[in-house]
Order: sequence, then structure tokens, then C-alpha cells
Amino acid sequence: MNTRVDPALGKPEAPAASLRTVLLQHPLLRPAAALLVLLVLDALLVPGFFRLEIKDGHLYGALVDILNRAAPLMLAALGMTLVIATRGIDISVGAVVALSGTVAATLIGGTMVVNNGVPEYVANTPMGTALAAAVGVALLCGLWNGVLVAGIRLQPIVATLILMVAGRGLAQLITDGQIVTVYYKPYFFLGSGYLAGLPFSLFVVAALFALTLLLVKKTALGLFIQTVGINPVAARLAGLRTATLIIFVYVFCSACAGLAGLLITSNIKSADANNAGLLLELDAILAVTLGGTSLAGGKFSLAGSMIGALIIQTLTYTIYSLGVPPEVNMVVKAIVVFIVCISQSGEFRQLFKKRAA
Amino acid sequence: MTALGSGMQPVLDVTGIHKQFPGVRALCDAGLRLFPGEVHTLMGQNGAGKSTLIKVLTGVYQPDSGSILLDGRPIRPRSTQDAQALGISTVYQEVNLCPNLSVAENIFIGRYPRRFGFVDWGSMRRQAAELLKRLQIEVDVGKPLASYPLAIQQMVAIARALHTDAKVLILDEPTSSLDEAEVQTLFGVLRRLRADGMAILFVTHFLDQTYAISDRITVMRNGEREGEYPCAELSRLALVNKMIGAPADAEQGAAQGEEAWERGEVFLAAHGIARKGVLQPVDLALHRGELLGLAGLLGSGRTETARLLFGADRADAGSIDVGGKRVKLANPRDAIAQGIGYCSEDRKHEGAILPLSVRENVILALQARQGIWRAIPMKRQQQLASDYVKWLGIKTASIETPIGSLSGGNQQKVLLARWLATEPGLMILDEPTRGIDVRAKQEIMDYVSNLCRKGMSILFISSELPEVLRVSDRMLVMRDRKACGEYRRGELDETSVLQVIAGEGA
Repeated sequence: MNTRVDPALGKPEAPAASLRTVLLQHPLLRPAAALLVLLVLDALLVPGFFRLEIKDGHLYGALVDILNRAAPLMLAALGMTLVIATRGIDISVGAVVALSGTVAATLIGGTMVVNNGVPEYVANTPMGTALAAAVGVALLCGLWNGVLVAGIRLQPIVATLILMVAGRGLAQLITDGQIVTVYYKPYFFLGSGYLAGLPFSLFVVAALFALTLLLVKKTALGLFIQTVGINPVAARLAGLRTATLIIFVYVFCSACAGLAGLLITSNIKSADANNAGLLLELDAILAVTLGGTSLAGGKFSLAGSMIGALIIQTLTYTIYSLGVPPEVNMVVKAIVVFIVCISQSGEFRQLFKKRAA
Repeated sequence: MTALGSGMQPVLDVTGIHKQFPGVRALCDAGLRLFPGEVHTLMGQNGAGKSTLIKVLTGVYQPDSGSILLDGRPIRPRSTQDAQALGISTVYQEVNLCPNLSVAENIFIGRYPRRFGFVDWGSMRRQAAELLKRLQIEVDVGKPLASYPLAIQQMVAIARALHTDAKVLILDEPTSSLDEAEVQTLFGVLRRLRADGMAILFVTHFLDQTYAISDRITVMRNGEREGEYPCAELSRLALVNKMIGAPADAEQGAAQGEEAWERGEVFLAAHGIARKGVLQPVDLALHRGELLGLAGLLGSGRTETARLLFGADRADAGSIDVGGKRVKLANPRDAIAQGIGYCSEDRKHEGAILPLSVRENVILALQARQGIWRAIPMKRQQQLASDYVKWLGIKTASIETPIGSLSGGNQQKVLLARWLATEPGLMILDEPTRGIDVRAKQEIMDYVSNLCRKGMSILFISSELPEVLRVSDRMLVMRDRKACGEYRRGELDETSVLQVIAGEGA
């Protein structure tokens, strides 16, 4: 009979950790498994779920659709991950989405000019300037949040609550409470254009993900963020600039939200200050949690948050494609989230293991 | 002073308390007797078991064995509420009241007087005012608690304790955040309560305060009751001696075979650094290759001095020169840039980043100094970590093991490595050997002495006097938040240091 160490007893097989144990203990296992289960479910229930086809040189299919629709959430989740890793939280993400989208849409707008008898729309402000202004506003929002948290030491949830309310209010002021429609075509490329057959928004997400990963892994940023999140007192005594770090993560988070705002307004060709990015912060927090990053701060996983965002989007897709009435949507979502979260709770797993043993 | 008649029965009689925590024997045959109408001080070094004993009395911990008699009847409080209902009330070091509620509300939290099922605000205010009058405290009970200074808040906490018809009042280090005048006010209240027959148990680290207010003293050491003494019959020297525990061979090491030590130039000089309410002006100079010991009891200003030198707290007065140049140490970064390292006494809260690996903990301070962009290459990180693991004899499964799973001694060595990796000119070690086993202690001290020989300056703080005497080239003795003497190696023996610590003219 083989002597096998029961992983439930928490005794690691010391010398040669087998591939199996490495895989089983990998922090991404659970979120990845949850996503897989959802996909398999879709494959069984939705005919042709995995089918991809090329029309007009563009890739079409449910999977592409899910990825495309998840793009703003993935961006927001990236920023939220770093904020949560410092033991913070940012509930102003949705407001920043509305604000940056509104700024861009208002500046670009579009005026019809007739050129050689062909009506055409031109931007009110050069698109580059408008995008820069929108991102700039987002950066200012982040700076505001960061200074409130690190400088004035407000609790993160209260500090960002201010902008959550004020940001959307400001956006409504800009638009006079109306929906601003964009007519300038090149702007649509951001949220609904295609590059090499794939939605352009995916390239935005991929680029930002790669950039963040690089920052976190190739500089000391990852180590510092974790240290501040785990033990801010010890971090300060070890010589870290804790305040600067915290301000940075809020600025970064708002920048991500600003980009998400651009994708959203570009995709729907208008800016709705009331509804753009509504409750996106909660989905982002959820994505981070589903990805295995603890709200208590410290260790974090960017890839996990991306998977988390995909879980949420796939779930939404599944619910809609199954024809579940929209009223039930939230309940189903809540149940799935509850199951995934509870499966990540160490105490629950312990309980389960005792039963099984 | 109250007469303690021999026939008088103690209101609280605690005997034979044992309490074991995983791996630590916190209390062993601990006990104490408290009579009505006395102020009884509980003294002992850090880790002597005072807080554990109090937590047993107030129902926070359940003792493994032993008996607690209140008015002759055995009790076993299960919770603080339970203890309060029995008549044991406690005022903690940090006032744990609600600053934004009114004074009256704070006194009656959870026990609001009711009338027809509604809170009777009028009666509450009247009762609160009466209670405070009894303590001769003039405050407006309708104002929020936060509008009064800490000392008054402390009185309100006492008033709250009194309202529960307490027989025993426990004050756990109530004076540590009060200034001199506030302490006097508090003592005035305690004297009045004593005259009313209250039994008061007072926990403090300050010798002067002990002698100003106590009738009797119980000394604890290593979780045991060392003894109980009438205050008037116990000299300060004897008290400190009993707290520290006079070692059998104090001479060992101090006198024998040390090569003549040569002073290098001055590395750091502090002139009159002070912080209001925390530390009175202190001068000190540290030469290169010198090990300066800081002796004194907890609360004497040792750690406070160290924190000012490291920029962890800001000094209100005085100046610091490093390498002959005036420097400004506004935060730890400034101090680290000047080549100063600081191992805090609070390893868990101010040092170790528990979930992170040994490697990450070792490189942290070095990386912080290099800044965020110049990441130390992984190869170099691993090299640094494994070098220090080898040199300091750190017992760990690998350098990627989370530091939280290491023993206390090994964690301490990792933190030492964190600072050594920055190659500091001055290393401040605040209680580096607290709570770790004898062997690790010895290894750390040997390593430190060795570094000193190579030219590093070291400021060494320890509650264990024999340790300080053994390793220090020079020693600064502190008492009651100020420095009160500086001695060269061999100038003092243990007894005379004890005299200085205790504040009896040497």
C-alpha cells in the first residue's frame, strides 16, 4: 500500500511536490474551475456556443461576444485589484466611468458638414484632445480619492463614496441631464472596431493587463503594495513611501475606470450620465473577490481578477441566453456568486473535508 | 493610610492560578489579595503575567486551575459582563468609550435608566452628574466625551465602573497617556474612593507613581507571584530587584577578558531630543564600532528615544548629527538614508510581514531604499536571502517559506537580516531577544557583537539587565521618561545599576 499524505491534513509532501499538488494548490484553480463549469454548462444548454465564424473578416461567436462585453469590467477589475491589495476599496469606479465618458462624448459630439454632397460628421474637438481630457479627468478623480485616503486618512469606502455621488452629479451637470449622442465615426472604433479580426477593446484590455503585470512583476510595486496592504505600520518603518503608494493605486484605479468609460460610450455611441457604468464598482469588487484576492489586503492576483470578470460576464450571458426572465437575473447571479465565494472560504472547506473524511 | 487589621477579610483572594497558552506558560501559581480601602499595585516586567492575571480576573481568560474568592465566595467569571455583575470593574489603558456620545450616555451605555420602556434622559443626566460629583469632577454631562481631555475621559470610565456598584476597581496602566497634572487629578479620585472603602488594583510601570499612591505591592515575575509587600517596607531598589530577579553571577562576562575597546569617531550625536509627554530631553552620542546599551524599565523612555532617532516619531525639540552633519529625520526613510536601521520591539506589528516569504522580508528595507523602479534582480534577492539564512543560522524550510510559519527567534533573525542587508552604520535593536529561546538569543547577541567589532554602531535596548551589562561598551540608564546616567563598561555592577533604575541615590 502506498503511503500518501492527505492534503487535507495540511502536511505538504516535502521533497518532490508533484504536478498534481502544485495544480491543486494553485490559487487560480478555483476561479478557473468555476469559469470552466459555466462554459461547459453553456456548451450543453446553448446550441452552437463554441461556434466561431468569420464574417467580413471579423470573428463572430458567443465567446468573442462575452470577451468584448467583459472588456470594461476587466479594466475596472485591474485597477480595483491593486486598490484592494492595499486594504482599500474604490466605490467611485462607476461614477468615474460616467464622468470620463461624458467628457469625451461632449467634447467630440459631432457636427454634420456636407462634403461634395455627402453628409459627414466632424468632431467638435480633435479626438486626441478629447480622449486626453477624459483620461485627465479620471486621473484627477483618482488623485482626489488617493489624497482623501492617504493624506486625510478617511476610510476608503467613505472617501470614495464622496466621488461616487459627486462624480455622477458632475457628469449630469455637464450633459444637462440629457443623453449625449456621438456622431463622429472614428470614435466608434474604440468600443466596436475590429483589429486583425478581433474586437479592438480586447487589445486595450490586453495592453493594460500586460502593462500592469509588468509594473507589478518587474518593479518593486507588487512587493510594496502587498506590504502596505498586510502591515502598513511595518511598511512605514521599513522605509516605504506608504502615502505615495496608496495615492498611486487610487490614481491607477480611476485611470482604468476612465478607459472603461471611453469603451462604453464608444460602444453605445452616446454618454448617459445616469446609467453609464452604474454599479460597475460592485461587479469589479466581485471580480476581484472571485479571482481569489482577499478584501483584507495583501496578496493579490491580476489574472484571477480577469477570470473573475469573465465569470461574471459569462454568467450574465448564460442567464440571458437561457431565456431566464430579467427579474430573476439578479437572484441567479447572487446564488452563483454565493457558491463561488463560499467554496473559497477556508473554514467552509475545512467543514466539508471533515464530513468527507 | 488604612489600617489593615489582621482579622480583616480580603475582598478578593486569588490563589494558585495556572494558565497555559500553546507553547507558553503564562501564569504559574499566580495570585493576589486585595483588601477593602486599599490601593494595591501590581508590578512586574513586561511578560511577567500581569495582563494575563487581570484578564483572568475580568473573565476574558478562563484559568486552567486555581481559585478566585470574592468576599469569601468562590467565583469564576466567564466574561467581562459577568465580572462586572459580580462587582469587578476594569478601566483599561486605552479608554474604550464612545467619544461622540455624551458623558452621561457613556456612563450608562447598555444600562440606560428606563421609564415606561423609554430611556429616561433626565434621570440619566441627574445620576451621571451625581456620580461625577462624588469624584469631584466638574463637567457638563450633556457634552460629547471627546470635548474633554484624556484624563477626564479616564475619570468618566471610572465613574462608569463605579456605577455598577463595583467592590473591586482594576486600573490597567491608566496613567500611561496622562501628563503630570492629570496624574495628580486621577490620584485625588483614587484617594477619595479608597476612603470610601473601595479596593483598587493599580497596574503601572512607573515607580514614582507606585510609591505615590500604593498601600501595598504585589510583584510578579515569570508568571508567578514573587511576593506581596507593604509599600512602606519595600525600598525601590528591593522592588526593582524583585521584578528583574537578581541573577546569581552578575559579574560574569562584565569583568573578565575584554580587549581594550577603542572608540571610533562619533557616528551619531543627539542633542536634547525630546517629545512632549513622551520623553524629556536626552543627549547621547554613538561612536563607530560602539555598542551603547539603554537600560531602564518599560516606559522609562528607551523605546521612545529609539523611535526619535529613527524618525518613527518626530522630535519636538533638539537636533541630531550624523557623521558630523546636522540631519533632519522626519520619517524612517530619512533615517534609513542616513544609514540607520531599527529592529522594533514589536516584531509582529512593526516588523514582520507575516504572509510574505523570508526572501521578501529580507530584501524589503534594501528595496525600499533603492526605490520602486530599481527592482533587485531575483538572483540577487535569492543570494541575499540564502546568505543571511546561512550566516544567522535561520531555520526555515526554504527562503520562499512565509515568515509567519517560522519560530519567534527565527523571525527575529530575518528582521535583523532585513536591516543588515542595508549595511547600516547604526543599528538600533529594541528588545531583539524578547520572547525567543535561549539559543537564538545567544546567536543573535554573538552576531551583533561581531558586527560591532567590524565598525557598526549599535544601540541595544533590553529589559534584561545582565544582558545589557554583558555586551555594552557604554550604558545609558533611563528612568521616568528621561536619561539619568551614563556609564562606561566596568564602572557599574548590577546592584548599582539597579539603584539608578530605581531612582535611589547611588
